[in-house]
Amino acid sequence: MTDSKYFTTTKKGEIFELKAELNSDKKEKKKEAVKKVIASMTVGKDVSALFPDVVNCMQTDNLELKKLVYLYLMNYAKSQPDMAIMAVNTFVKDCEDPNPLIRALAVRTMGCIRVDKITEYLCEPLRKCLKDEDPYVRKTAAVCVAKLHDINAQLVEDQGFLDTLKDLISDSNPMVVANAVAALSEIAESHPSSNLLDLNPQSINKLLTALNECTEWGQIFILDCLANYTPKDDREAQSICERVTPRLSHANSAVVLSAVKVLMKFMEMLSKDLDYYGTLLKKLAPPLVTLLSAEPELQYVALRNINLIVQKRPEILKHEMKVFFVKYNDPIYVKLEKLDIMIRLASQANIAQVLAELKEYATEVDVDFVRKAVRAIGRCAIKVEQSAERCVSTLLDLIQTKVNYVVQEAIVVIKDIFRKYPNKYESVIATLCENLDSLDEPEARAAMIWIVGEYAERIDNADELLESFLEGFHDESTQVQLQLLTAIVKLFLKKPTETQELVQQVLSLATQDSDNPDLRDRGYIYWRLLSTDPVAAKEVVLAEKPLISEETDLIEPTLLDELICYIGTLASVYHKPPSAFVEGGRGVVHKSLPPRTASSESAESPETAPTGAPPGEQPDVIPAQGDLLGDLLNLDLGPPVSGPPLATSSVQMGAVDLLGGGLDSLIGGTNFVAPPTAAVPANLGAPIGSGLSDLFDLTSGVGTLSGSYVAPKAVGSISMDLQLTNKALQVMTDFAIQFNRNSFGLAPAAPLQVHAPLSPNQTVEISLPLSTVGSVMKMEPLNNLQVAVKNNIDVFYFSTLYPLHILFVEDGKMDRQMFLATWKDIPNENEAQFQIRDCPLNAEAASSKLQSSNIFTVAKRNVEGQDMLYQSLKLTNGIWVLAELRIQPGNPSCTLSLKCRAPEVSQHVYQAYETILKN
Amino acid sequence: MIHSLFLINSSGDIFLEKHWKSVVSRSVCDYFFEAQERATEAENVPPVIPTPHHYLLSVYRHKIFFVAVIQTEVPPLFVIEFLHRVVDTFQDYFGVCSEPVIKDNVVVVYEVLEEMLDNGFPLATESNILKELIKPPTILRTVVNTITGSTNVGDQLPTGQLSVVPWRRTGVKYTNNEAYFDVIEEIDAIIDKSGSTITAEIQGVIDSCVKLTGMPDLTLSFMNPRLLDDVSFHPCVRFKRWESERILSFIPPDGNFRLLSYHVSAQNLVAIPVYVKHNISFRDSSSLGRFEITVGPKQTMGKTIEGVTVTSQMPKGVLNMSLTPSQGTHTFDPVTKMLSWDVGKINPQKLPSLKGTMSLQAGASKPDENPTINLQFKIQQLAISGLKVNRLDMYGEKYKPFKGIKYMTKAGKFQVRT
Repeated sequence: MTDSKYFTTTKKGEIFELKAELNSDKKEKKKEAVKKVIASMTVGKDVSALFPDVVNCMQTDNLELKKLVYLYLMNYAKSQPDMAIMAVNTFVKDCEDPNPLIRALAVRTMGCIRVDKITEYLCEPLRKCLKDEDPYVRKTAAVCVAKLHDINAQLVEDQGFLDTLKDLISDSNPMVVANAVAALSEIAESHPSSNLLDLNPQSINKLLTALNECTEWGQIFILDCLANYTPKDDREAQSICERVTPRLSHANSAVVLSAVKVLMKFMEMLSKDLDYYGTLLKKLAPPLVTLLSAEPELQYVALRNINLIVQKRPEILKHEMKVFFVKYNDPIYVKLEKLDIMIRLASQANIAQVLAELKEYATEVDVDFVRKAVRAIGRCAIKVEQSAERCVSTLLDLIQTKVNYVVQEAIVVIKDIFRKYPNKYESVIATLCENLDSLDEPEARAAMIWIVGEYAERIDNADELLESFLEGFHDESTQVQLQLLTAIVKLFLKKPTETQELVQQVLSLATQDSDNPDLRDRGYIYWRLLSTDPVAAKEVVLAEKPLISEETDLIEPTLLDELICYIGTLASVYHKPPSAFVEGGRGVVHKSLPPRTASSESAESPETAPTGAPPGEQPDVIPAQGDLLGDLLNLDLGPPVSGPPLATSSVQMGAVDLLGGGLDSLIGGTNFVAPPTAAVPANLGAPIGSGLSDLFDLTSGVGTLSGSYVAPKAVGSISMDLQLTNKALQVMTDFAIQFNRNSFGLAPAAPLQVHAPLSPNQTVEISLPLSTVGSVMKMEPLNNLQVAVKNNIDVFYFSTLYPLHILFVEDGKMDRQMFLATWKDIPNENEAQFQIRDCPLNAEAASSKLQSSNIFTVAKRNVEGQDMLYQSLKLTNGIWVLAELRIQPGNPSCTLSLKCRAPEVSQHVYQAYETILKN
Repeated sequence: MIHSLFLINSSGDIFLEKHWKSVVSRSVCDYFFEAQERATEAENVPPVIPTPHHYLLSVYRHKIFFVAVIQTEVPPLFVIEFLHRVVDTFQDYFGVCSEPVIKDNVVVVYEVLEEMLDNGFPLATESNILKELIKPPTILRTVVNTITGSTNVGDQLPTGQLSVVPWRRTGVKYTNNEAYFDVIEEIDAIIDKSGSTITAEIQGVIDSCVKLTGMPDLTLSFMNPRLLDDVSFHPCVRFKRWESERILSFIPPDGNFRLLSYHVSAQNLVAIPVYVKHNISFRDSSSLGRFEITVGPKQTMGKTIEGVTVTSQMPKGVLNMSLTPSQGTHTFDPVTKMLSWDVGKINPQKLPSLKGTMSLQAGASKPDENPTINLQFKIQQLAISGLKVNRLDMYGEKYKPFKGIKYMTKAGKFQVRT
C-alpha cells in the first residue's frame, strides 16, 4: 500500500468528501484524511478551505497525526490568520509536555506560523524553551528566535531574545552553540550595523571548541562566523588557523571550503617568513584538489572559488595543473571553468603539457568548448612569452585542419599575439591569407582585415585582398566595416601610389552610403586628415599601439581581496561583491582582508623612509640661532652644490627676531628694520605661494623674493621661478642661492644668474633650473624646501612647500603586469584613500590631464557604472606610487586610493592630484 | 538559508514542492526551465541560476532535478551538499530515488524533509537519526500500521543527536556482531593516442557496514598509511590520533557509512591495469571507415580484469557500423551514435577485440573529431594503490566481533583518446 492513492482523487466534491472524513469519529479515518489533505497540498492544490477541520484534529496524542497537522498549519496559517489563533492554546500546552521531542516540535512549528497576531502569544513559551533543561529543545528554540525575528524584528528586540541568544553562544552543548551562531548570523544579516556577533578572544575560543564537536552544518555556521573575526595579531591568527586546519579533511565539501576561507583570510596576517605559513600553504592544496573529484555541481562551485584562490595565491596550486585537465564527459560548465584555471596556472614549466592538452581539446565535439580552447592557446602565448612560438605553431597546425570555426577562432587570437609581440611572427601571415575565404564570422573577418591593414607593406597583394572585402561592404557588420575602413587608410598611407582609388572608394562608401553614424564619422575624420595633412594622418593612423598583456582578464586587486573574504558564498561564484547582487534592503558590509599586523619578534620591517634615511634621524630643525646664522654666513654660496646642512627655522617669527637682533651685531652698520608690510606680487598659481609669502614679512625693506615651481616642460627639467624685488634703498648685487638638504635632493642646477645689479624698487624674474642630485634629508612636511639667498647686503632665508607633481618623472608608466604584481605586493596598510571633491571630470579628461603631469593611466575599466582608472607614477628618487581613481559619472567627487611602499608620500600625491585635476 | 525545494522531472513537471519559510510561487521555476532549454543536455544545466529575487541551486540525480530556492547569501556548497544528502536519504529510505517512488511515499518524504531542515537550517541529516524519528516504510510495517492504526513516526527523542557521538544511537543490540570494511578504489585516467598516461589518479573510499552491540571503539591501522596524504573523514574519526599515529580511531555509526575517502594523485603510484589498442580511420573520399580495438591487461598484479565495458561516442558522420567482437556483445545506436561493447572478462591468452567497418555519410568530409573510448572494468581483491589494512581492534565491549575486509578496484572516468 503506498501513498500514491492520495493523488488519485480528482472527482468533484473532493473537498467536501475530505471534510466529512476529517470530522469522522474513527481515528484511522481521520488520519487517512489528513494524509490525503497533505498529499494535495504538496502538489500545490489549494486545500485551505479545510482549515478548521484540520485544526480540530490537532488535539491528539498520536504523534504522526500531530506532525501532519503541524505541516498543514505551517502552510496555511498565513491565509487563515483568524483560524490560526485557535491553534495557539495547543502550542502553549505542547511546549510544556514532558516529552522534549514534543516540546521541540511545538516550538519549531510555532515559529513557522507567520502570522503577526499569533507571535505575541508565543513569546512566553519561547522564553521558557530557550532555557529548557534539554539541549535539543534549546537548540530548536534558538532557531525559532531567528524565525520570529524575520516576522517581527521589533518584538524580538523588545523581548530581549537577542541577549538570550548571545548567552547561548557559551552553552555547554556544541549543537546549541552552532544553532545560536547560525541564528545570530542570519539576524545580523538584516542589521549590518549591529554588533550582534562582536567576537572577542574568549568567544572565539568557545566557538573553536564547539567546532570540533558539532555537526557538519554547525561547523559551516561557526567557520563562516569565524571568518568575520579579525584577530588582534599574527599569533592569534596562527592559533586559530591551527585549530581550523583539521576541518580541511572533512567529508562535507562546504565545511572544507568554509575552512579554506578562514585560512585564506587569516593567512594574510601571517608573515611569509614564518615556517607555519609554508606549512599552511602546503596543507591547502590537497583539499582543493579533492573537491574536484566530487559531483559536477560541487566541482563547479569549487572551481569558481579556486579561480579566485589561484589569482590571490598562485603558489598553492602551481603543481596541480593536471587535475584541471578536462574529461570529455565533464559538463560544459565544468569544462569552461577548468580551462580558465589552466591558463591561470600556465607557466614556463608546464606550458608544453598545457599546450598539448589544449590542442587535444580543439578537436572535441562541443563547438563552444573548442572555441574557448583555441582562445586559450592565444592567451597562453600572451601570458608565457617563452611559449609564444610554440603557441603560434600550434595555432598554425589547427588552421591546417580547416575546420571552419577553429580557423576563425585561431585568426582572432593570432591578431592578439601580433599585438603583444610585434614584428616577430609576421611570417605566418601568408598562411592566414590562404584562409581568407572561409571566414564568415564578423570577429574573424575583422581580425583578418586588421592584420592585412597593419602589415600591408609586407603583403604584396594587400590591395587585392582588401578590395575583395570591399565588394560586399554594405553586407558586412559594423565591426568589419570599421576595420576595413581603417585598414584601407593604413594601406593608402603605406602605399599611396597604387591605392588611391581604393581609398576613395572606401571613403565614399563609408561617408555617403552608410547609415551608421560611427562609420560616417570615422570616414569623415580620415577624409579630412588625408586631405589636409597627410603627415598628421600618418601619425594618427599609424601611431604605435600599446602592447596588450594577459592581465586584462584578471580580477582587479581590491575586488579580489574582497572576494577572498567571500569564498564559498554566492559572491565567489559570480565573482562580484555581494553589494552588486544581493537584494536591496539588506545592508551589506564590505569586508576586507585583515592588514598584516605583526607582533614584536616576527615583525617585518616595513619599508619606511622613502629616501633611505633611517627614520631615527629626524633632523632637529631649529638649532640655536647664533649657530644657525654663523653657519649660514660662513657658507660658501658660490657653487650651488651640496653644502653643509642648512637648517632654517620655519620662517617668520624666529627669523624676524633674528633680523632684529642677531643680525645687527653680526653685520655691523647696516641696520635693517623689518616693517611688517609688503605687497604680495602676483602669485603664480600653485599653493606654494603661501610658503613664499612668509618671506615678505621677513624681507620687505630689503628685498622681496617670490617664486613658483613650474612643472617640468622638457624632459627631466624642474625649475624654480623666483621674483626678486629690491625694496631696499641700496643696489643689490652678487646674488647666490643655496638649498638646505631636503627630502628629494632638490638642488640648484646652475648658479643664480642675476646679471645686472638690482636697483631699488626694481623687480627681476628668474627661472632657476633644479636638479635632484643634491643631498637628501627627510623634511617635515615632506615637501618642505628651505632656501637661502645671499647678496651683497645679507643672507635671506625662506622656506616653501613645493607641489609633489613636479617630481613625477616621464617614465612613470608601469606595465599592467607589473602594476598588478606591485599592487598585490604592497601591504594593505600602506593603502591610503582620499576624496577629491568638486571635480566634475570624466575619466577621459581626468586621464589626459593627469597624463600631462606624468601620471599615467595603466588600465581603465568600468565597474558597476563607475570608471576605475589605474595609474602609476614615479618620483625622481625612484619611488613608485600606484593609484586607483574611481570616478562616478554625475558625482562630482571621486575617490583616490594610493598604494606606495613609502606611505608618507601619499598625502602629497593626493594634493598633487587635487591641484592637477582642479587646475 | 534554504527557502524552498522543488523536485522537477525530466519532462519539466514540478511534482513536489516544499517550503521551509514563506511560500515561494512555483513560477520561480520558469527561470530554471529557461536555463534547461538553453542547455542541450540535462547534465549541462548550470548548477547556480540567478533570478531577480532568488537564486536557484540545482543538482541532477536519477533523472530528477532537485532545485533549491534561496533568497539571501548562502554558501552554495552548503545547499548542494544538502541536496545530495536529500537524494541519499531518499535512496536510503526507499531503495531507489525515482519519481514514482517519491510520489508513492509522499507523506514520508514530506515528514523527512521537515525533519531535515528547520527554517532552512539543517536539523537532522544523519540517516541513523532520521530513521529513528521517521521509520522507513517496509511492506510489513505498512500492513501492521493499517491493522493496528499505529504510525511510522517514532515517538522517541533522537537520543543520539545530543550525545557526544551524535552519529550513533544508544542501545544498539545485535546477536551477530560484525564489522565489514570495503576498500574501493576508482581510477580516473586520461590516456592519449599513443597509450601514454596524461593524468591518472585514484579516488578511494572505505565503506563500512558495522553492526556491533553497545558502544564499540574501533581502531583500524594500515600497512602503508603514507599513501593517505589527502583524506576526508567521517566525523566519527578522531583527527588528532590520525595526525600523530596514522591510526583510524573511531566509535562507528550503526549500519552503513563511509568511513573515509582518499585521493592518490602521485603519478608513479597509479598503476594502469588495462591498455587499449585502437585503429580507427576515416578516409576522405571513401564512405567506409575502418574500426578496430583490442583490450588487454597491463599492470594487474596477477588479478583478472572483469566486467569490462567499452563505450564510445562516434562522430555524427558515422551512419552505421558493422563489427564483429571476438567475445561479448556489442550495440551501436545509429541515432545517438553510441557504441557500446560488453566485453566481460579479459583472458590474457586471447585478447578480446572488436573489428569491422563504419559506413559514413557519402560525400561528407571526414569527421573533425576523434571518438574517445570510455572504459569500465572491475578487479576484485585488489586495491590498485597498494593500500592494505593491517589490523582492526575493538575496545570498550567484551564480545568478539566478526571482521571482514574486502578490496576492489574499478574504473572511474577512464578515458582513452584516439
